[in-house]
Amino acid sequence: MGSKKAKQKMSMGQWGIFCLLCVLVVVFLYPILFIIINSFKGKFFISKDPFSIPSGDAFVGITNYVTGLTKTGFLSAIGWSFFITIISVGLIVLFTSMTAYYITRVQSKISTALYYVFVFSMVVPFQMVMFTMSSLADKLRLNNPIGMCLLYLGFGAGLSVFMFSGFVKSIPLEIEEASMIDGCNPLQNYFGVVFPILKPTAITVAILQAMWVWNDYLLPYLVIGLSTNYKTIPVVVQMLVGSNGNKDMGAMMAMLVLAIVPIVIFYLTCQKYIIEGVVAGAVKG
Amino acid sequence: MQKTLKKYFLIFTLPTLIAFCLAFVIPFILGVYLSFCKFTTVDNATFNGISNYINVFDSTSGFLAALGFTIKFVIVAIISINVLAFALALLLTKKIKGTNVFRTVFFMPNLIGGIVLGYTWQQMLNAILLQYEKTLISSPTYGYWGLILLMNWQMIGYMMIIYIAGLQNVPTDLLEAAKIDGATSIQTLFKVTIPMVMPSITICTFLTLSNSFKLYDQNLALTAGAPGHKTEMVALNIVNSFYGRTGFEGVGQAKALIFFVIVALVGLMQVVFTRKREVEQ
Repeated sequence: MGSKKAKQKMSMGQWGIFCLLCVLVVVFLYPILFIIINSFKGKFFISKDPFSIPSGDAFVGITNYVTGLTKTGFLSAIGWSFFITIISVGLIVLFTSMTAYYITRVQSKISTALYYVFVFSMVVPFQMVMFTMSSLADKLRLNNPIGMCLLYLGFGAGLSVFMFSGFVKSIPLEIEEASMIDGCNPLQNYFGVVFPILKPTAITVAILQAMWVWNDYLLPYLVIGLSTNYKTIPVVVQMLVGSNGNKDMGAMMAMLVLAIVPIVIFYLTCQKYIIEGVVAGAVKG
Repeated sequence: MQKTLKKYFLIFTLPTLIAFCLAFVIPFILGVYLSFCKFTTVDNATFNGISNYINVFDSTSGFLAALGFTIKFVIVAIISINVLAFALALLLTKKIKGTNVFRTVFFMPNLIGGIVLGYTWQQMLNAILLQYEKTLISSPTYGYWGLILLMNWQMIGYMMIIYIAGLQNVPTDLLEAAKIDGATSIQTLFKVTIPMVMPSITICTFLTLSNSFKLYDQNLALTAGAPGHKTEMVALNIVNSFYGRTGFEGVGQAKALIFFVIVALVGLMQVVFTRKREVEQ
């Protein structure tokens, strides 16, 4: 693979490592291949012969996908997952960066206190607030997709404010002072001068939060619940298997494949940003 | 400039603060209070002192068993994930062809969410075990090792990326000097490379620790605690006492508070401990 293009020849040892890595690639991809293969098999053949390539009687084409989609409302779940993720991440990036900018630039006791409360919230496990948060959300009629976005803004604020604050500190004040002397008000100054400089951090924050919101299960399950039409992908997947005993394995495999596909496409298209963002997030968090 | 900006306090902070209070501050304070109450909804809470906390340690609540299972899981997960991720990172910094493709593939599982990932592994492991007429929930041992495998699959790539970044920052002249002085590659690894990447080791240990300690989705999807709550981790145990047994909401809230204190303490201790051993650069 790719040996003709290589400028330097690899030594024997390097070839050994190369082969080992190829084996590991197969190991890493196998669970995904396994569900793709089985999503094209009939129910009976999945339990009887799960490891073979579907052929003959076992191959059922896209039947599993059709049953899965019609039975579970999976298409609407994809829609709501996209809606909630995009709106939440947009709100988080816009508002928490403004907050972080304010509490970093205006030095006062309130700013310091707020900063520490935000950092503190990062340590608290979700189980600590889940019951009270979902009761509060019910009372305030936040048990709908828009309310969810507001809750994500609040619960994602800790990490985002923390990361933005770190970056705002490194921006020299002189740049902003120049624009203020030119007569910009703080809002114009923020959106015209500061926010463009914050862009790399904004991308990092957006990626980290998008991964969290897209994959989150417990918050939508508790706040929105199973009885509405606003279910997200993780909730539908859990519902398909968790609650009722009659398992349609084929449909389930198909739904798992459909749940993985958007993530893989997203990953392959903005791979560079994702890896950089996740590493930056890890190092700062 | 500060003065002009100060007038804009509400514009800059209000939306975040409202959401933050609704999603975190109020629920947190209310949660601390409710852990000392008996309640089934937020409105019918009556103060009952520390009796919730006493009930947490009752054997029927399963909290200590879940904590024990979690600790056993966390220790093995931290060691296996970090050793394997570090080994992979070493292999990928040896100028092998296709390094980027390998990196991409190994990192990918990290993006798949816990529920989807849990069911993917449940299906696969059950298919394998079925050949021996067993399932994942035949014995807690299967659930335990299944969870370890799954966690390794998910987190190795992520940790590997952080280790690669660390390894690339090790100055080459140091490695060359060690070579000239006649150090074997094993000696170089333990005496030069590992001390130099200590900051990455701190970060990775901390991340694997907090991710595996707080694990919920994967646990729920893979075994949901079966058989008989024996593979139940702390987070799942807490959710089950809130929503599984009426009248035990207060106990659940008390468990959550204890869980929070443990998470905070372990994290703090671990950072202090490893930071001491880092090499000044």
